[in-house]
Amino acid sequence: MTGAIAFVTRRRGGARWDWTDVVTFLWLGAGLVVVFGPALWLVLSSFKTPAGLAEFPPTILPYEARTAEVQGYDRPLPLYSVTDERGSRTLAEVRRVGTVAQMVDPENPGEIERVNIATRSPERQVALSWSNYLDPFLRFDFMTYARNSVFVTVVATLITLLTNSMAAFALSKYQFRGRNAVLVVIVATLMIPLSVILVPLYSIISAAGLANSLWGVILPTVATPTGVFLLRQYMLTIPDELLEAARMDHASEWQIYWRIVLPLTAPALAVLAIFSVVWRWNDFLWPLIVLTRAEVYTLQVGLNAYAGELNVQWHYLLAMTVITMIPVVLVFVFLQRFITAGIAGTGLK
Amino acid sequence: MMKAKLTGVTLGAMLMATTAMAGDVRLMWYSDGVEGEVMKDIVARFNAANPGINLILEEVAYRVVQEQLQIQLEAGDGPDIARVTNIKALAPHWLDLTPYLSDADYWRTNFGAHADWMREDGSEAITGFMTQLTLTGGFANATLFEQAGVALPGEGATWDDWVTAADAVAKSQGSAAAFAIDRSGHRISGPNVSYGANYIGADGLPAPVDAGVRAFAEKLVGWVEGGQMLKDTWVAAAGSTYRAAADDFINADIPFYYSGSWQIANLSTKIGDGFDWVATGSPCGTAGCSGLAGGAALVAVKYTRNAEEVAKVMEFLAQEDIVREFSERTLFLPAHAGVAAKGGLNWDTQDPNVGAALDKFVAASAEILPGAAALPAWKWASAYYGALVNRISQVMAGELSLDEAMARIDSDIAEQVAAAK
Amino acid sequence: MQMAGAAVVAPLVWAAQALDPVLRLWQRWTGLRGMAGFFLVPNMAIFGIFVLIPLVMNIAYSMTTGGALFLNARDYVGAAQYQRLLDCGNYLDIRTCKEDQFWTAVRNTGLFVTIQVTLLIVIATVTALILNRELRARSFWRAMFFFPVLLSPVVVGLIWRWILDRNGILNAALLGVGMDPVNWLLDRNLAFAAAIGVTIWAHLGFYALILLAGLQAIPRDLYEAAEMDGTRPARVFFRITLPLLMPNLLVVVVLALIRAVQVFDEAYVLTGGGPGTATLFMTQYIYEVGFASLLKNPGLAAAASILMGGVLVVLTLIQLGLGKRNEKRGKLK
Repeated sequence: MTGAIAFVTRRRGGARWDWTDVVTFLWLGAGLVVVFGPALWLVLSSFKTPAGLAEFPPTILPYEARTAEVQGYDRPLPLYSVTDERGSRTLAEVRRVGTVAQMVDPENPGEIERVNIATRSPERQVALSWSNYLDPFLRFDFMTYARNSVFVTVVATLITLLTNSMAAFALSKYQFRGRNAVLVVIVATLMIPLSVILVPLYSIISAAGLANSLWGVILPTVATPTGVFLLRQYMLTIPDELLEAARMDHASEWQIYWRIVLPLTAPALAVLAIFSVVWRWNDFLWPLIVLTRAEVYTLQVGLNAYAGELNVQWHYLLAMTVITMIPVVLVFVFLQRFITAGIAGTGLK
Repeated sequence: MMKAKLTGVTLGAMLMATTAMAGDVRLMWYSDGVEGEVMKDIVARFNAANPGINLILEEVAYRVVQEQLQIQLEAGDGPDIARVTNIKALAPHWLDLTPYLSDADYWRTNFGAHADWMREDGSEAITGFMTQLTLTGGFANATLFEQAGVALPGEGATWDDWVTAADAVAKSQGSAAAFAIDRSGHRISGPNVSYGANYIGADGLPAPVDAGVRAFAEKLVGWVEGGQMLKDTWVAAAGSTYRAAADDFINADIPFYYSGSWQIANLSTKIGDGFDWVATGSPCGTAGCSGLAGGAALVAVKYTRNAEEVAKVMEFLAQEDIVREFSERTLFLPAHAGVAAKGGLNWDTQDPNVGAALDKFVAASAEILPGAAALPAWKWASAYYGALVNRISQVMAGELSLDEAMARIDSDIAEQVAAAK
Repeated sequence: MQMAGAAVVAPLVWAAQALDPVLRLWQRWTGLRGMAGFFLVPNMAIFGIFVLIPLVMNIAYSMTTGGALFLNARDYVGAAQYQRLLDCGNYLDIRTCKEDQFWTAVRNTGLFVTIQVTLLIVIATVTALILNRELRARSFWRAMFFFPVLLSPVVVGLIWRWILDRNGILNAALLGVGMDPVNWLLDRNLAFAAAIGVTIWAHLGFYALILLAGLQAIPRDLYEAAEMDGTRPARVFFRITLPLLMPNLLVVVVLALIRAVQVFDEAYVLTGGGPGTATLFMTQYIYEVGFASLLKNPGLAAAASILMGGVLVVLTLIQLGLGKRNEKRGKLK
């Protein structure tokens, strides 16, 4: 804690407080709250019961009602603290009719008191509703979904890296007719959103017999113009003399590609790999269309089954959102240096 | 290596695309409440009893049924059986089970009343059955009314009566608003008909919006402006997006909520012992007190390769005792005439509010006006509903006048009809 | 980690080596040109089938009508869909247009792009400047701003809808400090602001890092010289930092522009286009018309997407042009 204070109170240059120090301090502090606050809120909410989620104002921590076993009643009764003309005390509720609650003293269950509900408030304790996480696991074939997701993510990333880097190599290190045309096409389609070509794309996938196949999810996403573009820009910085020297040594073009160019492009490949993993893992709309059979569902598709026509089961949806976030958070924790340094290093043009 | 890889890709694709084995029956199912778990249980029993058939329950989000299923059907793909709400518009894709059924008359007797909802006009096909019947209607927070000392409006109370009463409750109890209606064209169509609306033209095509639609729309807009109707549900989205206000009712933010019978299980689980709630049926308009029927159907898809097996599955699921069990456990109103006639369903709940509410909905179904009764079997109903929501919420948001909105609804529907022909 | 890495790489190296003789043969036959083809073909084949052909088909779709999926089952209507989209009584008044919501979406998107990109650039620049200071645990702060970039857009929209809800935690906090709760997503301006804020939240880290890379490439001695001369900080920023940051800034502007034009997921989940149509954007309009509504109209959606695609192509070509200019200058690091 003292380290943190010393750290945030660090000043620019000398001992004098500069206004820029104040701005830095406020900016980073606000950033901390705004960036992590929502994620934290999501995680906390995912442990709440449906009733707890509907509550306003919401409690920060997940609560559940305290109950007590009372003699003469076969199920546990909820406890309330009651404050009225007879003082304040803890009672267990037997039933409620309209605005009047019939309550008993858990210590002395013989006598039933009639209490106005305005004078009682539920007693609660912090409790995590693990069933939000467990029920979906029991109900769905979670492992199959996870396996499919991993398959799509890994295979798509590998193909992306291979094909994109090969294309980028050709586009950056060879002179041939039509090269500029290819480049213009790639750049022009760089940012066409998938949602715009959904219908024709599905008709192609369907005609190719790739509906309900994981390959139908993988193939349309791997030839990313973004990846080709990023890698090409990076390969342009590799001096041609290196390639010429290798050719002198009778290296084949293929060898030049995988022995010289690929290793030198590693930082850019790493960035592309990380982005590809995150993109493919988070893909939602397209898999939702292509995959309709339970055995090929990815996590994002399978866990979406909690959104019904008329009601959304928020408690499950939030819990599953947290689950699907975990790999992304892991990537973040373990590879963050790599990502940030990588993006800075590639100079992403 | 590339070549090897590409061959591998093609091979893999072929392997994966041709896994439709003989005997496999795929059932696409979405859930609003516990019905997915109940169905899973029933499916397990079917598979145990029928070793030759592999019934696979595929649980999906409703959005898949609504958006993706149609595209798959257009491509001749899709599951073998699906649970669908947009049953009339997609009717050309359903399979006529009649030749495969061992007792088609059982189906005509028990499910015949709704058979027109799920087949093309003029067809006599048996394509499936309703898993549940729904009826739109209101719910009141009886505890809030009692606390405010306001009596619940009785039989024959109009929409104005209900809103006035609920507003008095809201004012006294500090609620967010007096009432809310789900953001859905289906939901306001019962009330529209109660104010004399008729959607269906003499030629079966959509009629221009009439004074009835306008009358209720005007009321809704006035209630949003006056703060009686909760603004969030309708104004907070564009297009025909569905939004429910159930959470606001559950949270006791509104004393009156107009939705439908399917909410009963949801309300019961989430409200628990929080307050007493009652079903109220539909408030009255000038022409009657109509709600709108609807529901989800289980239909067989034409593109199946295992029609025999599909029929076996459907026969199993449509049995009287299975329908009864499904209804009792899900708290859904059964569509099976035999089950409904016998009554005495043993609802699987501890909640005293549930039985009364279900009874109220059954009673309220007698109030359905002909104009509303015809809608579920009418092909263009969804076009009408979508345009209503889209444009009326724009009026509520202050973007259009009511006159402009009515004109836009007409032209939107006309264009949809033209485009779909 | 090392072991696992070696286990993955070893077979790849082996496969690459095994492939070499075959490719040498190919190289001898076809020369360098053939090799260029070899390197290009896998990517361009996939790209062609799954991106280019659908795009071209989209043009064909935009000239047809009906609900059928396959082109051969659809009716040709020529330019009717475009006519419908562009049919306005008076081009200054959206309400006279036949497809009024298309124009609402165009207007909203235009406004969104202008404000969002401006704010995003300013905030990303300030963030980059701050991250470029001598901070303790700088890599942590850098990573912190990057974290939202990794979240799926659906999750981002969901989290924020949850927070901004009438019964959400933000209103609870306002109540807690004695203020009136605000209906964030029901007020036209607030909802629009929320869409802008949330998309900035989600993308800020990415752009800040690109700018940070630019800042770090600026030679230190320039600053030291300026300090010796006693130049005021503001002047240092406008005379040294900004001009040298310009290449990266241009990249960021163009990327942000393109992303903003096609804004969809986050905003769709967050506001659903409401209140009314206040946050209805182009992609959502296309999605609703062609896909989400019960009676789908893929022809009209395709026509709208072609119009939108035209705008995007212009934007990307501008980017290409800027990139070329910078390449010539050799400034972009």
